[in-house]
Amino acid sequence: MATYRLTVNGQRKEVDVDPSTPLLWVLREELKMTGTKYGCGISACGACTVHVAGVATRSCVVPVSLIGGPIVTIEGIGTDPVGRVVQDAWVEKDVVQCGYCQSGQIMSAVALLKATPKPTDTNIEESMGGNLCRCAVYVRIREAIKSASQQLK
Amino acid sequence: MQAAFKTDDDVNLNRRSFLRVSTAAAGGLLISLFLDLPALAQEGNQAPQTPPAKVYPPDAFVHIKPDGTILITVNRLEFGQGVQTSLPMILADEMDADWSQVVAELAPAADVYKDPVFGIQMVGGSGSIAHSFQQYRELGAKTRAMLIAAAADRWQVTPDQCRTENSVVYGPGTQSTRRSARYGELASDAARKPVPEKARLKNPSEFRLIGKRVRRLDSRAKCDGSQKFGLDLDLPGMKVALIAHPPVFGGRVKSVTDNEARNMEGVRDVFEIPLVKGSGVAVVADRFWTAKQARDRLKIDWDLSGVEYADSSQLRTRYKELARTTGNVAVARGNDKAMAAITPANKIAAEYEFPYLAHTPMEPLNATIRFDGDAAEAWVPSQFQTMDQMVIAQVLGLKPEQVTFHTEFAGGGFGRRAVIDSHVPREAAVIAKRFRGTPVKLVWTREDDVQGGYYRPMHAHRVEIGIGPDGLPAAWRHVIVGQSLVVGTPFAAMMIKNGVDGTTVEGVEDTSYNIPNFHVSAHHPTVNVPVLWWRSVGNTHTAFVMETLIDELATRAKIDAIAYRRKLLKPDAKKLRSVLDLMDEKSAAWRNKLPKGHAVGISCHQCFGTAVACAVDVSIENKRPKIHRATIAVACGLAVNPLTIESQFQGGIAFGVTQLMAKGAITLKDGRVEQRNFDGYTPPYIVDAPVMVDVHIVPSTDTPTGCGEPPVPVISPAVVNALAKLTGKRYRSLPLMTI
Amino acid sequence: MLATHRLLLRVFVFMLVVLATGMAMSTHGTFKTWKRETLSSEARRADGLAGWEQVYSVLISPRCINCHTATNYPQQGDDRHRHFANVIRGGPEGKGVPALNCVSCHQEANADSTGVPGGPNWHLAPLSMRWQDLNDQPLSSGAVCGAVTDRSRNENMDGRALLKHHEEAELVLWAWNPGRRPDGTSRTLPPLTHAEFVAATRTWVEAGTPCPRTK
Repeated sequence: MATYRLTVNGQRKEVDVDPSTPLLWVLREELKMTGTKYGCGISACGACTVHVAGVATRSCVVPVSLIGGPIVTIEGIGTDPVGRVVQDAWVEKDVVQCGYCQSGQIMSAVALLKATPKPTDTNIEESMGGNLCRCAVYVRIREAIKSASQQLK
Repeated sequence: MQAAFKTDDDVNLNRRSFLRVSTAAAGGLLISLFLDLPALAQEGNQAPQTPPAKVYPPDAFVHIKPDGTILITVNRLEFGQGVQTSLPMILADEMDADWSQVVAELAPAADVYKDPVFGIQMVGGSGSIAHSFQQYRELGAKTRAMLIAAAADRWQVTPDQCRTENSVVYGPGTQSTRRSARYGELASDAARKPVPEKARLKNPSEFRLIGKRVRRLDSRAKCDGSQKFGLDLDLPGMKVALIAHPPVFGGRVKSVTDNEARNMEGVRDVFEIPLVKGSGVAVVADRFWTAKQARDRLKIDWDLSGVEYADSSQLRTRYKELARTTGNVAVARGNDKAMAAITPANKIAAEYEFPYLAHTPMEPLNATIRFDGDAAEAWVPSQFQTMDQMVIAQVLGLKPEQVTFHTEFAGGGFGRRAVIDSHVPREAAVIAKRFRGTPVKLVWTREDDVQGGYYRPMHAHRVEIGIGPDGLPAAWRHVIVGQSLVVGTPFAAMMIKNGVDGTTVEGVEDTSYNIPNFHVSAHHPTVNVPVLWWRSVGNTHTAFVMETLIDELATRAKIDAIAYRRKLLKPDAKKLRSVLDLMDEKSAAWRNKLPKGHAVGISCHQCFGTAVACAVDVSIENKRPKIHRATIAVACGLAVNPLTIESQFQGGIAFGVTQLMAKGAITLKDGRVEQRNFDGYTPPYIVDAPVMVDVHIVPSTDTPTGCGEPPVPVISPAVVNALAKLTGKRYRSLPLMTI
Repeated sequence: MLATHRLLLRVFVFMLVVLATGMAMSTHGTFKTWKRETLSSEARRADGLAGWEQVYSVLISPRCINCHTATNYPQQGDDRHRHFANVIRGGPEGKGVPALNCVSCHQEANADSTGVPGGPNWHLAPLSMRWQDLNDQPLSSGAVCGAVTDRSRNENMDGRALLKHHEEAELVLWAWNPGRRPDGTSRTLPPLTHAEFVAATRTWVEAGTPCPRTK
């Protein structure tokens, strides 16, 4: 066990966990923030995506001991101007079905739009390429990203 | 168009069910459904009652609070299909409710929430809207009638002088003179009114919500992380359990070295646990990560004696051989000798292979149970509440109603949460029994899920077709080999006929193509791999075989793929004809100006009462099919929520692409599953899915039919039909490893 | 306690490596200290080429070549399969694309509890330093040597700089500390120890970085 001081959505948190514990489980079980999802545990589905120091990060494979920056999760992304626009676009386009993967999809989409405010279809396919949606509502995800992009101009 | 569903007031829910009305504890109107308790029935003849003291099993469907909030209970699981929005829409429409005040809740397990057709509480067979449409309409209409009765009493007018709109009852008079009352104000008075035996249902022209593109009620919560799924449940003192399952199905624990695991901080117990078949080792810890680390440190010696080692390549050989012999007969129509009369040059013999497929819903399987000795509480994202509750009760030595069963939101399911043996809740109950008073959450990791069985079965088909002089099939002999989904279960009596499991041959035996001499038979080998329905069930493989062969016949006859299907469809295949026409019309523009290197693929299929036609624009990129566009036409009767239907079809056809993925197969070698996670069994990502999907619904006021499963079957045959044009090859073996 | 054991083990392994290297040096001529003036240029070239072949055996080992692809994706595993989840090269820096960056998973150090390798500035080698063809087959020894020594393609490194790169570059060093796979087993190491690799590089560099003739 070791103590880690984390900044999550702007708030200072202290957790006492095994250093090998992935950030995902620190968020979900220690901090009770369950918006970030467990889907595969090997970074193949993207459901666990959060931002660490602004970088979209697969929290299921990164041990808390290697976290080196402030964390933003789905619960906090709504206070970010791009984050809010993306969430609203998701609701406007009625993207979700089961919704389980959408926290990760939204976190990836925000990272994409922050770096590339006017993404092409190829940009979208590349950046969202590692986020699985088993309901497979990919056309609506694509549409919502484009809609958010337009509002961000 | 004539409405085929009942708009009259001659409908009743169920002979043995009665609506009951009561004042809710916190005030307002509570409409509940009583089952099998005629003595307490109030319908048509009742005195006002105070709410019953018991909370479980619950029976409420509608609860209008004094503040106007309308709580509507949804009698089935929400796992993406949208019923948490569309069933309340139906009820709210009939009661003229203010949609902005509607709150939907998932029903726990209770008799009143059973599917009116299936007789158990479940989601499956695309039955959510199809089976509960009428039920929710009546509930809405009767609630509205009671609110009107309360207002009429208050104003000393007759009910027929009143009208309703947006949660307000209006009395007679002009806009300036008439009186009005909000539903919330009337709720307590309405609770003293008898439930009318009959209530007039709307004509389709009067619908305000039904037929409109209404956005989902659960959207915002699913976009800001606040929606709780089963796996997100957190209870005071809760423990997390993982199970080490045997490497071969049915294996047993011989011995286990668990010192290292037991000594880990936060590990509470390690013990052998009986499974549906064989046994495993359960690890219970304070946290998931601890449980996983501890499980990884177990050294288990397995007893695999007497257990069959299934092996995909051996099965393939065995299935192919079986397919060359006639199985149990599902259909034998026309002249059995017809095939013999066809010359070899006019025959096609085709052999198809399909692998095991895992469902892999995004939310890994889980169940949380607390056992309190004389009662228990369970939280399960379940498609099969009745069965799951029963099994939990059995394991714990309780009656089902002693198990308070909460339906948790599920992150997908596709059939994987509708398991006849309820193995996940069963395992959770065994563990919970040992931890009396402590809630335990059992989690199946993704590896457990991918390797844990309950797959769409592996199949082989062999089809021999004799082509007539008109280019149409004159004789058709079809043999299907695959495990039965229900043999040895209580479902067998209902679903197996003449030794044929209906789910194996559906989509072939009931084909709408007019084939005069038609013979379909099936073999159901027994294999030591648990199998299960996978979204659209038998149609996953049967539609692929039918629609690729029809395409091949059309090509051979040099007839356009759409025209050929029109020619071959039975005259009464109205739904299929209507979707072919609509798809043809909506896709004509892009089909007629395809870029170089692109090809069109066509398919159509009817299942679960819904007909679908599909046209796809496909090219080959990086040695894989690139699906640029899909135009879909749907005939599903009355479209309750066209937005949901559009989304179901957009997602459902991309879900169907799973079958075409290079790594879209579960394979076994020496009894062991060769894939572990999404790196080895890879469903479609965004790049694999169609770039664009336009969905067109045939206008109708007929009884609604399902939209959950029908999208899946059409896409894979359409794509390979397009590929066949690009490469000249026919694709008869899935997954699509190479093109 | 565990950490101390690991440290001791590492020291022990290191000593073994040193001993083994020493023995190799004394038994084979390859690693002998150079007496440049006494060797003919032809013999030097032959020694250099032999050194290069050893260097090459390391470069085409999965721990190195998996990130020196000619395609738009990295590889993983000893069978050098395409990286899962559609991970791609991204821009010229080879760090992936927004939302799917290398560092979305690969941190400054190996994450042994989850099986994800890591090191400072994890990224793909530039296309100029590809050591494979478009079918994911390793290029010939001569072709790789040509790429490695071409100063217009190798960030202007001369022999001395190449040697330093092999001695010190953090991602090069990672190949000998590649961490654990997700199943807990250790990743395969390159065919030479790091010390042998550096010694072979020195031989090759001191012979003037000769390259085999490409066919």
